[in-house]
Amino acid sequence: MAARAQMAMSLGFHIVFSCVGMVMPFLMAFAHWKYLKTNNEIYKGLTKAWSKGVAILFATGAVSGTMLSFELGLLWPTFMKHAGPIFGMPFSLEGTAFFIEAIAIGFFLYGWDRFNKWFHWFCGFLVGISGLASGILVVAANAWMNSPAGFDYVNGQYLNIDPIKAMFNEAWFPQALHMSVAAFCATGFAVAGVHAYLIMRKKNVEFHTKAFRIAAGFALIGAFGAPLSGDIAAKSVAERQPIKLAAMEAHFETEKGAAFVIGGIPDEEKGEIKYALKIPKVLSFLVSNDFNHEVKGLNDFPRDEWPPIAVVHYAFQIMIFFGVVMIIIGIIYLYALFFKKEWLNKNWLLKTFLIASPFGYIALEAGWTVTEVGRQPWIIYGIMRTVDAVTPMPGIQYSFYFFTAIFVSLSLIIIFLLRRQIQMVPKLYDPTDAQFNDKNKKS
Amino acid sequence: MIYIVIGFLWLSICLYVILGGADFGAGIVELFTKKKNRPKTKVIMYESIAPVWEANHMWLIIAIVILFVGFPEVYTTLSTYLHIPLVLMLIGIIARGTAFTFRHYDAVKDDWQKVYTQIFYFSSLLTPFFLGLIAAATISRSINPNADNFLDLYIFSWLNWFGIAVGLFTIAICAYLASIFALRETIDRLELGLMIKKSQQTMIFVVITGGLVFFTAYISDIPLLMWVFSKPLGVMATLFATICLALILRAMNNQKLLPVRALAGFQVIMILVAATYQHNPNIILFGNGEHLSLLEHVAAPKTISALGWALMLGSVFILPFLFYLMISFSKQRR
Repeated sequence: MAARAQMAMSLGFHIVFSCVGMVMPFLMAFAHWKYLKTNNEIYKGLTKAWSKGVAILFATGAVSGTMLSFELGLLWPTFMKHAGPIFGMPFSLEGTAFFIEAIAIGFFLYGWDRFNKWFHWFCGFLVGISGLASGILVVAANAWMNSPAGFDYVNGQYLNIDPIKAMFNEAWFPQALHMSVAAFCATGFAVAGVHAYLIMRKKNVEFHTKAFRIAAGFALIGAFGAPLSGDIAAKSVAERQPIKLAAMEAHFETEKGAAFVIGGIPDEEKGEIKYALKIPKVLSFLVSNDFNHEVKGLNDFPRDEWPPIAVVHYAFQIMIFFGVVMIIIGIIYLYALFFKKEWLNKNWLLKTFLIASPFGYIALEAGWTVTEVGRQPWIIYGIMRTVDAVTPMPGIQYSFYFFTAIFVSLSLIIIFLLRRQIQMVPKLYDPTDAQFNDKNKKS
Repeated sequence: MIYIVIGFLWLSICLYVILGGADFGAGIVELFTKKKNRPKTKVIMYESIAPVWEANHMWLIIAIVILFVGFPEVYTTLSTYLHIPLVLMLIGIIARGTAFTFRHYDAVKDDWQKVYTQIFYFSSLLTPFFLGLIAAATISRSINPNADNFLDLYIFSWLNWFGIAVGLFTIAICAYLASIFALRETIDRLELGLMIKKSQQTMIFVVITGGLVFFTAYISDIPLLMWVFSKPLGVMATLFATICLALILRAMNNQKLLPVRALAGFQVIMILVAATYQHNPNIILFGNGEHLSLLEHVAAPKTISALGWALMLGSVFILPFLFYLMISFSKQRR
């Protein structure tokens, strides 16, 4: 149990670090591209400011990733012993992508005015591409746990291993797509929120407005892409892991024309859900495009294969709720952009974005909870149970406390550092500010 | 294909020890520098590792991935019985990586710098120590899966004098590599003199701790001497390493700094060869007389071939790019 908690916590933090690390380079490369096109020094400052954020988060993403590659074995030796050779393919490619990212980031951060400007730009862009590629590859490995493929399981033995088939399992595409889009959404909203706050403080308004526009643009793509990719993901889950879908919706009875359940308190003992808002037939439609499709309920599955229903259900509801809120914000922003330009400078719009800044990450973590907790009690869906995979060493709870302490302090330090970066904007990054002094800059 | 995969595993371990080791060494050397010389040392060290330091640590990840994909039994054995030192090493890696980044990317320079610096120093010291300790545990027959109590299974699997000696030796090697690599980053005679002196000191440290390794091996009944000297390759490697030492001293006096770097790298590779060749392909020796072999305890052939292709493909992309990175930043100062 402590092992599971430790893994969940490590992954929970790693997701945040790495999603920012995946998307920030794109923001940075976009600002850089703007600078190269317009020669506006503000964009250059913005690129540099964001690149520092990328550097800090890349380093923490890298160390938390290193930690995870060890933790897999430290906590789940039995799992790794059998699964390593099967689902290791994406990890070895991810190693490559990550290596390229590390090299590209070296070129980018230290390469101002040293290289051809477009080569330099390309390196920044490459940081994003390879970051995204590693994200997709790691998710492919996770997808394999949901949809094991590429081997035959005969009498407890793993035979005819085919790592390529394992990598392109059925779940990887929907999961990877949904995850990447969600990363854009979450990071876009978070960055937009921070800059919205700074515009409201009336500091370096032009600088932050430019930053806000770019970030909000990325947030929009994510916010509108998330439900579309989520739809693909949901259909895929319904087909592969009907029990997970049933848990997401706290759907106990098998029925045709199943209702889409919103909210409510699931009662596992009685097998019913109370106080929920039910929209008839919509669930059937969502998973199959047919209002009368039969959706399997939890009662059709053996009790010991149920995931923790309440956790999965609530997490799913939270994700949907914040997803919808972000779409609404997106629509308002689009409307403002095309029809009501004056809204863009209004405090209420900025305030909305400020409040919405954590929403993307809340939804992201909730979605992750759905897919991970929804897979329980299996570590490899239908093949190996989580309890059978854990390390024989006693005392894992201490390691859990320890790692928790590390991650919490890491996050605090990052927030602290990013705050200090922001404080220094007038001096270091915004060329239109009176305090701007180029000599302060080292690189 | 299996030999290609083993080759990559060996290559990434070597590169990690040399490049990552030099990186750790930078912190160690700075820690053991007198207060008044510290700022200067810091600048020199920083110049020698800054743009490439992230890449240096990728080799460890590559090695780990090769292990768990290609040799899952080896990986799980290590992570089960050496859980505790691995966690300690991880903490070192994390603390060091983040402290290094924060030291250079914190926009405000104030007293926080001191905190980062302290963390940076001590984690630079701890990580290679545990790295050596873990390496020692794989061959010292201290891991005993037949043991039935917590202490024997999870503590004494790594805690012994030989392990500690190898840990210290690894620290020495790191410091040595760092000071050698930094020679080329100096800008004037004064700095060069300072660093040459450091290189000589760390060299002495390497020899002393190396002796300690043999001594502790002797008292713990580990036939290290026999392993190293019983076959021609082991003797050759030792011989080469010793010749290198003489050549390095000579080249340093003539201020030929590029060959010094190459020689030091070569020397460390030779030490690794001497230490590991004897029981190759057996990678872990157990206390109950059994062992894990890279040739026998291996993943399915299809996995190995996919892994081999992935590694070769990866190196086509990575190596030229990495080389270009190192070249572009190493010619800046002189």
